[in-house]
Amino acid sequence: MAVCIAVIAKENYPLYIRSVPTENELKFHYTVHTSLDVVDEKISAMGKALVDQRELYLGLLYPTEDYKVYGYVTNSRVKFVMVVDSSNTALRDNEIRSMFRKLHNSYTDIMCNPFYNPGDRIHSRAFDSMVNSMMMQVC
Amino acid sequence: MEGLTLSEAEQRYYCDLFSYCDTESTKKVASNGRVLELFRAAQLPNDVVMQIMEQCGATRLGYFGRSQFYIALKLVAVAQSGLPLRVESLNTVKDLPLPRFAMTKNEQESRHAALYPSDADNSASYSGVIPPPPGRIQVKKGSVSHDAVQQRTSTDQQESTSPVVSPQQSPPTSPHTWRKHSRHPSGGNNERPLAGPGPFWAPFSEAQPGSSTSSDPIWSGHSPPPHQENWVSFADTPPTSALLAMHPASVQDQTTVRTVASATTTNEIRRQSSSYDDPWKITDEQRQYYVNQFKTIQPDLNGFIPGSAAKEFFTKSKLPILELSHIWELSDFDKDGALTLDEFCAAFHLVVARKNGYDLPQKLPESLMPKLIDLEDSTEVGEQTGEVGYSSSPAEAPPSKSPSMPSLNQTWPELNQSSEDTAIVHPVPIRMTPSKIHMQEMELKRTGSDHANPTSPLLVKPPDLPEENKISSSVKFTPGNTVRQQQAGVVAYPPAVPPRPQPSQGAGPHVHRPVDAEGLIAHTSTSPQQIPEQPNFADFSQFEAFAVSGVNKEEDDEIETHSEVLQVEKPPDSASSLRVAKADGRIEDKAPANVPSSGKGTTPLAPPPKPIRRRLKSEDELRPEAEEHTQKTGVIAAVLASQPSIPRSVGKDKKAIQASIRRNKETNTVLARLNSELQQQLKDVLEERISLEVQLEQLRPFSHL
Repeated sequence: MAVCIAVIAKENYPLYIRSVPTENELKFHYTVHTSLDVVDEKISAMGKALVDQRELYLGLLYPTEDYKVYGYVTNSRVKFVMVVDSSNTALRDNEIRSMFRKLHNSYTDIMCNPFYNPGDRIHSRAFDSMVNSMMMQVC
Repeated sequence: MEGLTLSEAEQRYYCDLFSYCDTESTKKVASNGRVLELFRAAQLPNDVVMQIMEQCGATRLGYFGRSQFYIALKLVAVAQSGLPLRVESLNTVKDLPLPRFAMTKNEQESRHAALYPSDADNSASYSGVIPPPPGRIQVKKGSVSHDAVQQRTSTDQQESTSPVVSPQQSPPTSPHTWRKHSRHPSGGNNERPLAGPGPFWAPFSEAQPGSSTSSDPIWSGHSPPPHQENWVSFADTPPTSALLAMHPASVQDQTTVRTVASATTTNEIRRQSSSYDDPWKITDEQRQYYVNQFKTIQPDLNGFIPGSAAKEFFTKSKLPILELSHIWELSDFDKDGALTLDEFCAAFHLVVARKNGYDLPQKLPESLMPKLIDLEDSTEVGEQTGEVGYSSSPAEAPPSKSPSMPSLNQTWPELNQSSEDTAIVHPVPIRMTPSKIHMQEMELKRTGSDHANPTSPLLVKPPDLPEENKISSSVKFTPGNTVRQQQAGVVAYPPAVPPRPQPSQGAGPHVHRPVDAEGLIAHTSTSPQQIPEQPNFADFSQFEAFAVSGVNKEEDDEIETHSEVLQVEKPPDSASSLRVAKADGRIEDKAPANVPSSGKGTTPLAPPPKPIRRRLKSEDELRPEAEEHTQKTGVIAAVLASQPSIPRSVGKDKKAIQASIRRNKETNTVLARLNSELQQQLKDVLEERISLEVQLEQLRPFSHL
């Protein structure tokens, strides 16, 4: 269960960011912002020629005491960043991957909507509900 | 909308109607259902109604706002008065009668009850249905009364006094009646009470006899009073007693008209109520309207509306983008960025609902869900996503293939009867890569040469049999595997792949189900006569498998290099080539004398047993198959001739399917024939066995002794 999920556009501005409300949201926003550097680093490390082989799932970007940050980038350089509570040790890599896959699918569904202009904030209720299902269930 | 000037009476009348239609009490939008029902009650032809809706802007907006509703009502009046429907006429036509709507009693009662709760006293004198309209009409007239309520109560008396202000009256005496409207309202009011809601409207129209002379008959039709007695009682000093005279006549008409109207309106009401039970249900007229709108964007009802076109269309509804986005999410069921007819209707319905004030649901209501199970939809989807359909079907094909393979094997022998076995061979040259063709040619040459030397007796065969069996057994699996793989690849080509590989293998039919040890068992259990044959088959498959496996890879590459056409059919091509190769090998083996004219090249895979096999085959099978092969060659040529055209045809998929079906049938017949031959041989063997047993029996007594 994620604590914070963010969708970052290609130009590194946020399209969608949602955190578990009880936490200090600003902290997560800051974390996501700093994680973008790591994402860019990972992307550039693969090289442009290897775009085809580039893995969409970037894996653990960096861990901190309280939480871990995972990254995922699409072929159109849209990045998904997920912050996960470190205490939740049961969360395996496969689960993270599946969560990112679901995110990606929902994102493509949004893209199919002709009323959505790429680069706009994401207001889709379906996307919201999907993200909610992945967030930590905090009372 | 252009400025719409309404007289006070009109204003009032329209306002009441609007409140009647404003079932959701939004005070802003009239619900489409009620409006449509209203229009139907106006007894205007459907196209006129559509015209009205367009002109008032409701079609553009997708809903009936107050202004649209008023304009629509005015247009209804215009239409009912027989004037052409023009937007300009709204303001230019003066003294337009109020639109008339026939309503049923129930509706009237309900409406009156709803709208005129305070006017119960007025209705007391009547069947309880009679509304206060008189007063209202008077108010509407505006020319006389200023205070509607007061007028209402005061005019009751007048109603009783002025009986008949029947509509008919107005036209002939329009100038008079117009002036007398102030007085006539009561008469009109009388009518109203008599007619209930219907009358409610009718009187209004009467109130404005104005310029619409032609509305007389209509008015008469609408003139309410079934309550003739009331009229009579009211008979007073109307300016024109003619009204009275006319009225009874009109009453009958009215009743008849009313009954008709009531029937329709009750139906509408029922329908409407049912629609209200399920607020998301699309009524028929709504659906028709949506379909018409769909046609304007996409003439093909089975086609898609692309997202951009839909976006433009729905943006016209002036809903916020956010809501439109949500509506899209709800209605685009398959998330493909395009709207089918069902999806479009659902989206349109949601837009209309939203315009009417309904909140958008979180998920699509069931009544709006596109019927994905419909055959049309499935076919549409298949058409739209042809490749997808194909890709999905191949996925399903493989699992079904394996069970169907045995059956296919059974059917193959039937193909032989059509003696089109050669046809199977022919496609190969076309589809196969040169290398493969070359390989086949070589095989053919070898077979031909082998056939030329059918000297080895059967005896030669037996020693080879174990070898062959071993070889076949060993090879069986590999070819089988390769074949299987190829079959899997072939599977990708929905139509014909599955059977195809079988025939060739079917030739060595049971050898080839290599994965089935049964084949082996069959081999071993077969009689000596059969064994030679089966190893032949096995070898065929061997060769074919080798040839295929050896060549397949090249084949794939070459096929790609061949042409895009071939590429498109690559899976089928490889499959067909596979099959053809196998078939070819088999046929070649079977038809020693049959050297395909195509001269296919074959890789030097022919093992030594081949000639022997052929010889054996020649003994057993040549006879029955000689005709086949000769025929087959003929057929092959024919098929070859036809094959090239297939890939290039526009509907090549269909033709390819048909071609593959033909090939399959041919292979079926071939295999059927083989089967029959084998059966015959089995019988022979059994006879031999019986004879041997008899001999044994004869000898046994001696031994016993």
